[in-house]
Amino acid sequence: MIVDDIQSLRRILKENRTIAMVGLSERWYRPSNFAAKYLQEYGYRVIPVNPNYESILGEKCYPRLEDIADPIDVVDVFQRSEVVVPIAHSAIKCSAKVLWLQLGIFNQEAEELAAQAGMDVVVNRCMKIEHARLFGGLNFIGVDTKVISSTRSTWVS
Amino acid sequence: MADREYGIETLCLHAGQLPDPVTGARVPPIYQTAAYVFDSADHAASLFNLQTFGNIYTRIMNPTNAVFEQRMAALEKGRAGVAVSSGMAAQLVALLTILQAGDHVVSAKTLYGGTHTQLAFNFRKLGIDATFVDSDVPDNFAAAITPRTKCLYVESIGNPASNLVDFEAVSEIAREHGLPLIVDNTFATPYLCRPFEFGADIVVHSATKFICGHGTSIGGVLVESGNFPWDNGNFPTMMEPSEGYHGIRFYETFGDFGYTMKARCEILRTFGPTLSPFNSFLFLQGLETLHVRMDRHVENAKVVAEFLENHSAVEWVSYPGLMSSPYFDLVQKYFPKGASAIMSFGIRGGVESCVRFIESVQFLSHLANLGDAKTLVVHPASTTHRQLDEEAQKAAGVQPNMIRISVGLETIEDILWDLDQALDASQKL
Ligand SMILES: Cc1ncc(COP(=O)(O)O)c(C=O)c1O
Repeated sequence: MIVDDIQSLRRILKENRTIAMVGLSERWYRPSNFAAKYLQEYGYRVIPVNPNYESILGEKCYPRLEDIADPIDVVDVFQRSEVVVPIAHSAIKCSAKVLWLQLGIFNQEAEELAAQAGMDVVVNRCMKIEHARLFGGLNFIGVDTKVISSTRSTWVS
Repeated sequence: MADREYGIETLCLHAGQLPDPVTGARVPPIYQTAAYVFDSADHAASLFNLQTFGNIYTRIMNPTNAVFEQRMAALEKGRAGVAVSSGMAAQLVALLTILQAGDHVVSAKTLYGGTHTQLAFNFRKLGIDATFVDSDVPDNFAAAITPRTKCLYVESIGNPASNLVDFEAVSEIAREHGLPLIVDNTFATPYLCRPFEFGADIVVHSATKFICGHGTSIGGVLVESGNFPWDNGNFPTMMEPSEGYHGIRFYETFGDFGYTMKARCEILRTFGPTLSPFNSFLFLQGLETLHVRMDRHVENAKVVAEFLENHSAVEWVSYPGLMSSPYFDLVQKYFPKGASAIMSFGIRGGVESCVRFIESVQFLSHLANLGDAKTLVVHPASTTHRQLDEEAQKAAGVQPNMIRISVGLETIEDILWDLDQALDASQKL
Protein backbone atom coordinates (compact mmCIF):
# COMPACT_ATOMS: atom_id res chain seq x y z
CA MET A 1 0.00 0.00 0.00
CA ILE A 2 1.23 3.50 -0.75
CA VAL A 3 1.18 5.33 2.58
CA ASP A 4 1.76 8.93 3.57
CA ASP A 5 -0.08 9.56 6.85
CA ILE A 6 1.51 10.11 10.24
CA GLN A 7 0.13 6.95 11.82
CA SER A 8 1.44 4.65 9.08
CA LEU A 9 4.80 6.36 8.87
CA ARG A 10 5.20 6.02 12.65
CA ARG A 11 4.36 2.35 12.43
CA ILE A 12 6.86 1.77 9.61
CA LEU A 13 9.63 3.56 11.48
CA LYS A 14 8.89 1.66 14.70
CA GLU A 15 8.43 -1.86 13.34
CA ASN A 16 11.36 -1.99 10.96
CA ARG A 17 15.01 -1.92 12.01
CA THR A 18 17.16 -3.08 9.07
CA ILE A 19 17.49 -0.72 6.15
CA ALA A 20 19.24 -1.44 2.86
CA MET A 21 20.24 1.96 1.46
CA VAL A 22 20.58 1.84 -2.29
CA GLY A 23 22.92 4.53 -3.55
CA LEU A 24 24.42 5.41 -0.16
CA SER A 25 27.43 7.67 -0.64
CA GLU A 26 30.67 7.42 1.26
CA ARG A 27 31.11 11.21 1.29
CA TRP A 28 29.99 12.58 4.64
CA TYR A 29 28.27 15.70 3.31
CA ARG A 30 25.98 13.89 0.87
CA PRO A 31 22.32 13.66 1.95
CA SER A 32 22.40 9.84 1.84
CA ASN A 33 25.36 9.74 4.20
CA PHE A 34 23.63 12.21 6.55
CA ALA A 35 20.56 10.01 6.58
CA ALA A 36 22.49 6.80 7.19
CA LYS A 37 24.53 8.26 10.02
CA TYR A 38 21.41 9.68 11.63
CA LEU A 39 19.49 6.40 11.37
CA GLN A 40 22.41 4.45 12.81
CA GLU A 41 22.40 6.78 15.80
CA TYR A 42 18.77 5.91 16.40
CA GLY A 43 19.52 2.20 16.46
CA TYR A 44 18.74 1.19 12.89
CA ARG A 45 21.11 -1.10 11.04
CA VAL A 46 21.97 0.49 7.69
CA ILE A 47 23.34 -1.84 5.03
CA PRO A 48 24.96 0.10 2.17
CA VAL A 49 24.19 -0.93 -1.40
CA ASN A 50 26.65 0.64 -3.82
CA PRO A 51 29.04 -1.09 -6.23
CA ASN A 52 31.70 1.59 -5.74
CA TYR A 53 32.67 0.97 -2.12
CA GLU A 54 33.91 -1.78 0.21
CA SER A 55 32.27 -0.42 3.33
CA ILE A 56 30.49 2.73 4.51
CA LEU A 57 29.93 3.94 8.08
CA GLY A 58 31.34 0.69 9.46
CA GLU A 59 29.00 -1.60 7.47
CA LYS A 60 30.04 -3.90 4.62
CA CYS A 61 28.84 -2.50 1.31
CA TYR A 62 27.08 -4.72 -1.25
CA PRO A 63 26.93 -4.17 -5.01
CA ARG A 64 23.30 -5.33 -5.29
CA LEU A 65 20.36 -5.94 -2.95
CA GLU A 66 20.38 -9.65 -3.90
CA ASP A 67 23.89 -10.01 -2.48
CA ILE A 68 22.73 -9.28 1.06
CA ALA A 69 22.26 -12.45 3.09
CA ASP A 70 20.56 -10.93 6.15
CA PRO A 71 16.82 -10.19 6.11
CA ILE A 72 16.00 -6.64 4.99
CA ASP A 73 13.04 -4.66 6.36
CA VAL A 74 13.27 -1.45 4.32
CA VAL A 75 14.77 -0.74 0.92
CA ASP A 76 15.55 2.98 1.00
CA VAL A 77 16.33 4.36 -2.44
CA PHE A 78 18.67 7.25 -3.22
CA GLN A 79 18.67 6.85 -7.01
CA ARG A 80 17.16 8.67 -9.96
CA SER A 81 13.47 7.96 -10.56
CA GLU A 82 14.20 6.28 -13.91
CA VAL A 83 16.18 3.39 -12.40
CA VAL A 84 13.77 2.46 -9.62
CA VAL A 85 11.80 -0.33 -11.32
CA PRO A 86 14.58 -2.98 -11.16
CA ILE A 87 15.23 -1.96 -7.56
CA ALA A 88 11.56 -2.61 -6.77
CA HIS A 89 11.87 -6.08 -8.36
CA SER A 90 14.93 -6.79 -6.22
CA ALA A 91 13.21 -5.51 -3.09
CA ILE A 92 10.32 -7.90 -3.70
CA LYS A 93 12.75 -10.77 -4.28
CA CYS A 94 14.46 -9.97 -0.96
CA SER A 95 11.08 -10.03 0.85
CA ALA A 96 11.59 -6.50 2.12
CA LYS A 97 8.53 -5.06 3.85
CA VAL A 98 8.91 -1.44 2.79
CA LEU A 99 9.99 0.34 -0.38
CA TRP A 100 10.99 3.87 0.56
CA LEU A 101 11.73 6.39 -2.21
CA GLN A 102 13.62 9.46 -1.01
CA LEU A 103 12.80 13.12 -1.70
CA GLY A 104 12.27 13.87 -5.37
CA ILE A 105 11.99 10.20 -6.38
CA PHE A 106 8.77 9.03 -8.01
CA ASN A 107 8.11 6.00 -10.18
CA GLN A 108 4.54 4.88 -10.52
CA GLU A 109 5.38 1.50 -12.02
CA ALA A 110 7.80 0.66 -9.20
CA GLU A 111 5.37 1.96 -6.58
CA GLU A 112 2.54 -0.19 -7.90
CA LEU A 113 4.74 -3.26 -8.26
CA ALA A 114 5.83 -3.07 -4.63
CA ALA A 115 2.36 -2.25 -3.37
CA GLN A 116 0.88 -5.23 -5.24
CA ALA A 117 3.53 -7.45 -3.67
CA GLY A 118 2.12 -6.42 -0.29
CA MET A 119 4.84 -3.93 0.63
CA ASP A 120 4.32 -0.56 2.25
CA VAL A 121 5.48 2.13 -0.16
CA VAL A 122 6.61 5.62 0.82
CA VAL A 123 7.28 8.15 -1.93
CA ASN A 124 9.11 11.49 -2.06
CA ARG A 125 10.02 11.57 1.63
CA CYS A 126 13.31 11.38 3.48
CA MET A 127 13.50 8.60 6.06
CA LYS A 128 15.73 10.68 8.32
CA ILE A 129 13.49 13.74 8.12
CA GLU A 130 10.37 11.65 8.75
CA HIS A 131 11.98 10.01 11.77
CA ALA A 132 12.99 13.42 13.09
CA ARG A 133 9.53 14.79 12.32
CA LEU A 134 7.64 12.04 14.10
CA PHE A 135 10.06 11.23 16.94
CA GLY A 136 11.46 14.58 17.97
CA GLY A 137 14.46 16.06 16.18
CA LEU A 138 12.65 18.46 13.89
CA ASN A 139 10.94 19.88 16.96
CA PHE A 140 14.26 21.44 17.87
CA ILE A 141 14.74 23.45 14.69
CA GLY A 142 11.41 25.09 13.98
CA VAL A 143 10.13 22.80 11.21
CA ASP A 144 6.36 22.33 11.10
CA THR A 145 5.96 18.65 11.94
CA LYS A 146 2.16 18.76 11.56
CA VAL A 147 1.90 16.61 14.68
CA ILE A 148 -0.99 17.80 16.86
CA SER A 149 -1.70 15.74 19.96
CA SER A 150 -2.51 15.96 23.65
CA THR A 151 -0.52 12.80 24.37
CA ARG A 152 2.82 13.17 26.11
CA SER A 153 5.51 13.35 23.46
CA THR A 154 7.73 10.36 22.84
CA TRP A 155 10.71 12.40 21.73
CA VAL A 156 13.98 10.66 21.54
CA SER A 157 17.04 12.83 21.84
CA MET B 1 -6.12 7.37 9.32
CA ALA B 2 -5.59 10.27 6.92
CA ASP B 3 -3.86 13.27 8.52
CA ARG B 4 -6.29 15.98 9.50
CA GLU B 5 -5.88 19.52 8.21
CA TYR B 6 -6.49 21.45 11.40
CA GLY B 7 -8.09 24.89 11.41
CA ILE B 8 -6.11 27.98 12.25
CA GLU B 9 -7.73 28.36 15.67
CA THR B 10 -6.59 24.86 16.65
CA LEU B 11 -3.11 25.61 15.33
CA CYS B 12 -2.98 28.82 17.42
CA LEU B 13 -3.42 26.64 20.51
CA HIS B 14 -1.60 23.43 19.66
CA ALA B 15 0.88 23.62 16.80
CA GLY B 16 4.47 22.91 17.73
CA GLN B 17 3.98 21.51 21.19
CA LEU B 18 3.19 18.16 22.73
CA PRO B 19 2.87 17.73 26.50
CA ASP B 20 6.33 17.56 28.04
CA PRO B 21 7.84 14.06 27.65
CA VAL B 22 9.18 13.94 31.23
CA THR B 23 6.68 15.85 33.37
CA GLY B 24 3.54 15.82 31.26
CA ALA B 25 3.35 19.61 31.58
CA ARG B 26 0.69 20.83 29.17
CA VAL B 27 2.12 24.35 28.81
CA PRO B 28 5.47 24.65 27.01
CA PRO B 29 8.17 24.84 29.69
CA ILE B 30 10.57 27.79 29.63
CA TYR B 31 13.91 26.16 28.93
CA GLN B 32 16.04 28.82 30.56
CA THR B 33 19.40 27.28 29.75
CA ALA B 34 22.36 28.47 27.71
CA ALA B 35 23.55 25.01 26.67
CA TYR B 36 22.73 21.30 26.52
CA VAL B 37 24.82 18.28 27.47
CA PHE B 38 26.23 16.01 24.79
CA ASP B 39 25.92 12.26 25.28
CA SER B 40 29.41 11.57 23.93
CA ALA B 41 32.14 13.12 21.81
CA ASP B 42 30.64 11.45 18.77
CA HIS B 43 27.15 12.78 19.57
CA ALA B 44 28.61 16.28 19.89
CA ALA B 45 30.36 15.93 16.53
CA SER B 46 27.15 14.74 14.82
CA LEU B 47 25.22 17.66 16.28
CA PHE B 48 27.77 20.21 15.13
CA ASN B 49 27.89 18.62 11.68
CA LEU B 50 24.05 18.78 11.63
CA GLN B 51 24.03 15.03 10.99
CA THR B 52 21.63 14.63 13.85
CA PHE B 53 19.06 17.12 15.14
CA GLY B 54 19.36 18.28 18.69
CA ASN B 55 20.16 21.15 20.97
CA ILE B 56 23.64 22.60 21.20
CA TYR B 57 23.57 26.16 22.46
CA THR B 58 20.65 28.56 22.92
CA ARG B 59 22.14 31.19 20.62
CA ILE B 60 21.31 28.74 17.80
CA MET B 61 18.28 26.85 19.14
CA ASN B 62 16.18 26.47 22.27
CA PRO B 63 13.24 24.14 22.91
CA THR B 64 10.87 26.94 24.00
CA ASN B 65 11.84 29.06 21.02
CA ALA B 66 11.38 25.98 18.84
CA VAL B 67 7.73 25.65 19.89
CA PHE B 68 7.18 29.27 18.90
CA GLU B 69 9.02 28.75 15.60
CA GLN B 70 7.02 25.68 14.75
CA ARG B 71 3.71 27.31 15.69
CA MET B 72 4.46 30.29 13.48
CA ALA B 73 5.48 28.02 10.60
CA ALA B 74 2.20 26.12 10.99
CA LEU B 75 0.09 29.28 11.20
CA GLU B 76 1.70 30.72 8.07
CA LYS B 77 1.30 27.33 6.32
CA GLY B 78 5.03 27.40 5.75
CA ARG B 79 7.68 24.75 6.25
CA ALA B 80 9.93 26.13 8.99
CA GLY B 81 10.67 29.19 11.08
CA VAL B 82 13.51 30.83 12.98
CA ALA B 83 12.82 32.99 16.03
CA VAL B 84 15.02 36.03 16.61
CA SER B 85 15.34 38.89 19.06
CA SER B 86 13.22 41.51 17.25
CA GLY B 87 11.33 42.28 14.07
CA MET B 88 14.36 44.21 12.84
CA ALA B 89 16.50 41.12 13.42
CA ALA B 90 13.99 38.98 11.52
CA GLN B 91 14.46 41.17 8.45
CA LEU B 92 18.20 41.30 8.91
CA VAL B 93 18.53 37.54 9.18
CA ALA B 94 16.06 36.90 6.36
CA LEU B 95 17.97 39.21 4.02
CA LEU B 96 21.55 38.37 5.00
CA THR B 97 20.83 34.67 4.44
CA ILE B 98 20.67 35.39 0.71
CA LEU B 99 22.44 38.78 0.26
CA GLN B 100 26.06 39.84 0.23
CA ALA B 101 28.00 42.91 -0.83
CA GLY B 102 27.17 43.77 -4.42
CA ASP B 103 23.62 42.42 -4.24
CA HIS B 104 20.43 44.45 -4.59
CA VAL B 105 16.89 44.47 -3.15
CA VAL B 106 13.77 45.95 -4.71
CA SER B 107 11.44 47.09 -1.95
CA ALA B 108 8.13 48.85 -1.64
CA LYS B 109 8.84 52.39 -0.55
CA THR B 110 6.04 52.35 2.02
CA LEU B 111 7.76 50.67 4.93
CA TYR B 112 8.17 50.89 8.67
CA GLY B 113 10.70 53.72 9.19
CA GLY B 114 13.24 51.43 10.85
CA THR B 115 13.07 49.03 7.95
CA HIS B 116 13.60 51.82 5.47
CA THR B 117 16.64 52.94 7.44
CA GLN B 118 17.97 49.38 7.71
CA LEU B 119 17.80 48.95 3.94
CA ALA B 120 18.68 52.45 2.76
CA PHE B 121 21.42 53.24 5.25
CA ASN B 122 22.79 50.24 7.17
CA PHE B 123 22.66 47.78 4.27
CA ARG B 124 24.17 50.33 1.91
CA LYS B 125 27.13 50.55 4.28
CA LEU B 126 27.53 46.77 3.85
CA GLY B 127 27.53 47.16 0.07
CA ILE B 128 23.94 45.97 -0.42
CA ASP B 129 21.77 48.39 -2.38
CA ALA B 130 18.03 48.88 -2.32
CA THR B 131 15.66 50.52 -4.78
CA PHE B 132 12.35 51.72 -3.33
CA VAL B 133 9.33 51.68 -5.60
CA ASP B 134 5.67 52.70 -5.46
CA SER B 135 4.03 49.35 -4.76
CA ASP B 136 0.62 50.50 -6.02
CA VAL B 137 1.92 49.69 -9.50
CA PRO B 138 3.30 46.12 -9.42
CA ASP B 139 5.22 46.64 -12.68
CA ASN B 140 7.44 49.09 -10.81
CA PHE B 141 9.08 46.09 -9.16
CA ALA B 142 9.87 44.50 -12.51
CA ALA B 143 11.28 47.76 -13.85
CA ALA B 144 13.69 48.08 -10.89
CA ILE B 145 15.09 44.54 -11.08
CA THR B 146 18.74 44.36 -12.17
CA PRO B 147 21.05 41.38 -12.69
CA ARG B 148 22.25 41.96 -9.10
CA THR B 149 18.74 41.79 -7.58
CA LYS B 150 18.24 38.91 -5.11
CA CYS B 151 14.76 39.50 -3.71
CA LEU B 152 11.62 41.65 -3.63
CA TYR B 153 10.41 43.05 -0.32
CA VAL B 154 7.00 44.36 0.80
CA GLU B 155 4.86 44.77 3.90
CA SER B 156 1.50 42.99 3.62
CA ILE B 157 -0.05 46.12 5.14
CA GLY B 158 2.28 49.10 4.94
CA ASN B 159 3.36 50.92 8.09
CA PRO B 160 2.11 53.58 8.65
CA ALA B 161 -0.03 54.30 5.57
CA SER B 162 -1.92 50.98 5.75
CA ASN B 163 -1.50 50.56 2.01
CA LEU B 164 -1.86 47.09 0.47
CA VAL B 165 -0.04 45.44 -2.41
CA ASP B 166 -1.42 43.16 -5.06
CA PHE B 167 0.48 40.09 -3.83
CA GLU B 168 -0.31 37.87 -6.76
CA ALA B 169 0.92 40.43 -9.28
CA VAL B 170 4.14 41.06 -7.34
CA SER B 171 4.81 37.39 -6.62
CA GLU B 172 4.29 36.63 -10.32
CA ILE B 173 7.01 39.17 -11.14
CA ALA B 174 9.27 37.59 -8.51
CA ARG B 175 8.66 34.12 -9.97
CA GLU B 176 9.35 35.28 -13.53
CA HIS B 177 12.71 36.61 -12.41
CA GLY B 178 13.59 33.62 -10.21
CA LEU B 179 13.62 35.75 -7.06
CA PRO B 180 11.96 35.18 -3.69
CA LEU B 181 9.29 37.60 -2.48
CA ILE B 182 9.78 38.50 1.18
CA VAL B 183 6.71 39.82 2.99
CA ASP B 184 6.61 41.53 6.38
CA ASN B 185 3.29 40.20 7.69
CA THR B 186 3.43 42.02 11.03
CA PHE B 187 0.26 44.10 10.67
CA ALA B 188 -1.87 41.31 9.26
CA THR B 189 -0.74 38.25 11.28
CA PRO B 190 -1.33 34.83 9.72
CA TYR B 191 -4.87 34.93 11.06
CA LEU B 192 -5.88 37.67 8.64
CA CYS B 193 -3.56 36.89 5.72
CA ARG B 194 -1.14 34.14 4.73
CA PRO B 195 1.15 35.54 2.05
CA PHE B 196 2.39 32.06 1.04
CA GLU B 197 -1.08 31.37 -0.35
CA PHE B 198 -0.47 34.22 -2.80
CA GLY B 199 3.01 33.23 -3.91
CA ALA B 200 5.29 34.79 -1.30
CA ASP B 201 8.38 32.76 -0.38
CA ILE B 202 9.55 34.15 2.95
CA VAL B 203 7.53 35.87 5.67
CA VAL B 204 9.01 38.00 8.45
CA HIS B 205 7.27 39.29 11.56
CA SER B 206 7.81 41.64 14.39
CA ALA B 207 6.36 39.36 17.06
CA THR B 208 6.35 42.40 19.34
CA LYS B 209 2.97 43.43 17.87
CA PHE B 210 -0.21 41.34 17.55
CA ILE B 211 1.57 38.00 18.01
CA CYS B 212 2.60 39.06 21.49
CA GLY B 213 -0.59 41.03 21.74
CA HIS B 214 0.06 42.55 25.14
CA GLY B 215 3.08 44.76 24.62
CA THR B 216 5.30 42.70 26.92
CA SER B 217 8.23 41.63 24.73
CA ILE B 218 10.37 42.40 21.72
CA GLY B 219 10.89 39.57 19.26
CA GLY B 220 10.68 38.44 15.68
CA VAL B 221 10.42 35.40 13.47
CA LEU B 222 11.04 34.45 9.85
CA VAL B 223 9.26 31.62 8.07
CA GLU B 224 9.99 29.95 4.74
CA SER B 225 7.32 28.49 2.51
CA GLY B 226 9.46 25.55 1.45
CA ASN B 227 8.49 26.14 -2.16
CA PHE B 228 11.26 28.35 -3.52
CA PRO B 229 13.57 26.66 -6.07
CA TRP B 230 16.94 27.73 -4.65
CA ASP B 231 18.66 25.66 -7.33
CA ASN B 232 17.51 28.02 -10.10
CA GLY B 233 21.01 29.42 -10.59
CA ASN B 234 20.53 32.72 -8.77
CA PHE B 235 21.56 31.51 -5.31
CA PRO B 236 24.96 29.83 -5.41
CA THR B 237 25.38 30.28 -1.63
CA MET B 238 22.39 27.99 -1.04
CA MET B 239 23.98 25.32 -3.26
CA GLU B 240 27.74 25.46 -2.73
CA PRO B 241 29.57 24.19 0.35
CA SER B 242 29.12 26.81 3.07
CA GLU B 243 32.35 28.53 4.04
CA GLY B 244 30.56 29.60 7.20
CA TYR B 245 29.39 26.16 8.27
CA HIS B 246 31.58 23.06 7.83
CA GLY B 247 31.10 22.92 4.07
CA ILE B 248 27.39 22.04 4.35
CA ARG B 249 25.32 22.49 1.19
CA PHE B 250 22.14 23.80 2.74
CA TYR B 251 19.67 23.22 -0.08
CA GLU B 252 20.96 19.78 -0.97
CA THR B 253 21.08 18.64 2.64
CA PHE B 254 17.88 20.13 4.04
CA GLY B 255 15.76 20.73 0.94
CA ASP B 256 12.57 22.58 1.72
CA PHE B 257 13.88 23.88 5.04
CA GLY B 258 17.40 24.57 3.77
CA TYR B 259 16.88 28.31 3.78
CA THR B 260 15.91 28.46 7.46
CA MET B 261 18.75 26.09 8.36
CA LYS B 262 21.15 28.46 6.61
CA ALA B 263 19.56 31.44 8.38
CA ARG B 264 19.98 29.67 11.71
CA CYS B 265 23.46 28.20 11.26
CA GLU B 266 25.15 30.95 9.26
CA ILE B 267 23.45 34.19 10.29
CA LEU B 268 21.72 33.75 13.66
CA ARG B 269 24.71 31.76 14.89
CA THR B 270 27.33 34.36 13.97
CA PHE B 271 25.45 37.66 14.26
CA GLY B 272 23.74 36.51 17.43
CA PRO B 273 20.27 38.13 17.61
CA THR B 274 18.83 35.33 19.75
CA LEU B 275 15.37 35.46 21.25
CA SER B 276 15.01 34.92 24.98
CA PRO B 277 13.02 31.74 25.73
CA PHE B 278 10.98 33.73 28.21
CA ASN B 279 9.85 36.03 25.39
CA SER B 280 8.93 32.99 23.30
CA PHE B 281 6.80 31.79 26.18
CA LEU B 282 4.94 35.11 26.21
CA PHE B 283 4.50 35.01 22.42
CA LEU B 284 3.04 31.51 22.72
CA GLN B 285 0.58 32.79 25.31
CA GLY B 286 -0.29 35.56 22.89
CA LEU B 287 -0.79 33.20 19.96
CA GLU B 288 -3.28 31.12 21.92
CA THR B 289 -5.79 33.96 21.61
CA LEU B 290 -4.60 35.49 18.33
CA HIS B 291 -7.78 34.49 16.48
CA VAL B 292 -10.11 35.90 19.13
CA ARG B 293 -8.15 39.11 19.54
CA MET B 294 -7.78 39.79 15.83
CA ASP B 295 -11.52 39.43 15.21
CA ARG B 296 -12.24 42.00 17.93
CA HIS B 297 -9.40 44.29 16.82
CA VAL B 298 -10.90 44.32 13.32
CA GLU B 299 -14.45 44.84 14.59
CA ASN B 300 -13.38 47.83 16.73
CA ALA B 301 -11.19 49.23 13.96
CA LYS B 302 -14.09 49.35 11.52
CA VAL B 303 -16.17 51.33 14.01
CA VAL B 304 -13.29 53.71 14.73
CA ALA B 305 -12.58 54.23 11.01
CA GLU B 306 -16.19 55.19 10.31
CA PHE B 307 -16.29 57.45 13.34
CA LEU B 308 -13.14 59.27 12.25
CA GLU B 309 -14.32 59.59 8.68
CA ASN B 310 -17.37 61.48 9.92
CA HIS B 311 -15.57 63.69 12.44
CA SER B 312 -15.29 67.37 11.59
CA ALA B 313 -11.73 67.66 12.96
CA VAL B 314 -10.48 64.87 10.66
CA GLU B 315 -9.42 65.67 7.11
CA TRP B 316 -8.89 62.15 5.87
CA VAL B 317 -8.76 58.55 7.08
CA SER B 318 -6.59 55.85 5.56
CA TYR B 319 -7.90 52.41 6.47
CA PRO B 320 -8.15 49.75 3.78
CA GLY B 321 -11.34 48.42 5.32
CA LEU B 322 -13.23 51.61 4.46
CA MET B 323 -15.32 51.62 1.28
CA SER B 324 -13.62 54.91 0.41
CA SER B 325 -10.15 53.28 0.45
CA PRO B 326 -8.42 52.69 -2.89
CA TYR B 327 -7.38 49.33 -1.43
CA PHE B 328 -10.92 48.16 -0.65
CA ASP B 329 -10.88 45.64 -3.53
CA LEU B 330 -7.56 44.19 -2.40
CA VAL B 331 -9.05 43.76 1.09
CA GLN B 332 -11.84 41.61 -0.35
CA LYS B 333 -9.29 39.45 -2.15
CA TYR B 334 -6.46 39.12 0.37
CA PHE B 335 -7.98 40.02 3.76
CA PRO B 336 -11.48 38.49 3.86
CA LYS B 337 -11.47 38.59 7.68
CA GLY B 338 -10.53 42.27 7.73
CA ALA B 339 -7.56 44.55 7.18
CA SER B 340 -6.18 44.58 10.72
CA ALA B 341 -6.65 47.44 13.18
CA ILE B 342 -4.09 50.07 12.28
CA MET B 343 -5.13 53.20 10.49
CA SER B 344 -3.88 56.69 9.98
CA PHE B 345 -5.81 59.94 9.82
CA GLY B 346 -5.06 63.60 9.20
CA ILE B 347 -6.09 66.21 11.76
CA ARG B 348 -7.30 69.58 10.58
CA GLY B 349 -4.81 72.27 11.57
CA GLY B 350 -1.51 70.47 10.94
CA VAL B 351 1.28 69.55 13.30
CA GLU B 352 0.15 71.76 16.23
CA SER B 353 -3.30 70.17 16.21
CA CYS B 354 -1.66 66.73 16.21
CA VAL B 355 0.37 67.68 19.27
CA ARG B 356 -2.75 68.95 21.08
CA PHE B 357 -4.58 65.74 20.16
CA ILE B 358 -1.78 63.54 21.44
CA GLU B 359 -1.52 65.52 24.66
CA SER B 360 -5.27 65.40 25.28
CA VAL B 361 -5.98 61.67 25.13
CA GLN B 362 -7.06 60.24 28.48
CA PHE B 363 -6.43 56.50 28.25
CA LEU B 364 -5.34 55.95 24.66
CA SER B 365 -1.59 55.46 25.03
CA HIS B 366 0.90 57.73 23.29
CA LEU B 367 3.74 55.40 22.46
CA ALA B 368 5.73 53.95 19.58
CA ASN B 369 4.26 50.49 19.28
CA LEU B 370 1.22 48.85 17.73
CA GLY B 371 -0.73 45.64 17.88
CA ASP B 372 -1.23 45.87 21.63
CA ALA B 373 -4.48 44.91 23.39
CA LYS B 374 -4.58 48.57 24.41
CA THR B 375 -5.37 51.35 21.95
CA LEU B 376 -2.22 53.22 20.93
CA VAL B 377 -1.72 56.54 19.14
CA VAL B 378 1.41 58.12 17.73
CA HIS B 379 2.45 61.02 15.52
CA PRO B 380 4.82 59.28 13.06
CA ALA B 381 6.43 62.43 11.64
CA SER B 382 7.90 63.29 15.03
CA THR B 383 8.55 59.73 16.28
CA THR B 384 8.74 56.47 14.30
CA HIS B 385 9.65 58.13 11.01
CA ARG B 386 11.62 61.05 12.47
CA GLN B 387 14.94 59.84 10.98
CA LEU B 388 13.58 60.46 7.48
CA ASP B 389 13.62 63.95 5.96
CA GLU B 390 10.30 65.40 4.83
CA GLU B 391 10.64 64.10 1.29
CA ALA B 392 11.51 60.58 2.44
CA GLN B 393 8.64 60.78 4.93
CA LYS B 394 6.25 61.59 2.08
CA ALA B 395 7.64 58.72 0.05
CA ALA B 396 7.08 56.40 3.02
CA GLY B 397 3.48 57.60 3.29
CA VAL B 398 3.98 59.88 6.27
CA GLN B 399 2.30 63.29 6.22
CA PRO B 400 3.01 66.01 8.79
CA ASN B 401 -0.56 66.06 10.17
CA MET B 402 -0.93 62.30 10.34
CA ILE B 403 -1.81 60.31 13.46
CA ARG B 404 -1.49 56.53 13.47
CA ILE B 405 -3.85 54.60 15.70
CA SER B 406 -3.68 50.93 16.62
CA VAL B 407 -7.18 50.12 17.77
CA GLY B 408 -7.30 47.98 20.89
CA LEU B 409 -9.78 45.94 22.82
CA GLU B 410 -11.22 48.46 25.28
CA THR B 411 -14.98 49.19 25.36
CA ILE B 412 -15.63 50.61 21.91
CA GLU B 413 -17.74 53.50 23.25
CA ASP B 414 -14.83 54.47 25.51
CA ILE B 415 -12.38 54.48 22.60
CA LEU B 416 -14.72 56.71 20.58
CA TRP B 417 -15.27 58.98 23.59
CA ASP B 418 -11.52 59.49 24.13
CA LEU B 419 -10.91 60.12 20.43
CA ASP B 420 -13.81 62.57 20.29
CA GLN B 421 -12.74 64.68 23.25
CA ALA B 422 -9.07 64.72 22.11
CA LEU B 423 -10.09 65.70 18.57
CA ASP B 424 -12.22 68.52 19.96
CA ALA B 425 -9.27 69.66 22.06
CA SER B 426 -7.00 69.55 18.99
CA GLN B 427 -9.10 72.26 17.34
CA LYS B 428 -8.98 74.70 20.29
CA LEU B 429 -6.24 77.30 19.99
C1 LIG C 1 5.89 46.50 9.98
C2 LIG C 1 6.99 46.43 10.97
N1 LIG C 1 8.05 45.65 10.73
C3 LIG C 1 9.07 45.55 11.60
C4 LIG C 1 9.09 46.27 12.78
C5 LIG C 1 10.25 46.13 13.71
O1 LIG C 1 9.93 45.27 14.76
P1 LIG C 1 10.66 45.28 16.19
O2 LIG C 1 10.29 46.58 16.84
O3 LIG C 1 10.11 44.08 16.86
O4 LIG C 1 12.12 45.18 15.94
C6 LIG C 1 8.00 47.08 13.09
C7 LIG C 1 8.00 47.85 14.36
O5 LIG C 1 7.31 48.81 14.52
C8 LIG C 1 6.93 47.17 12.16
O6 LIG C 1 5.85 47.94 12.41
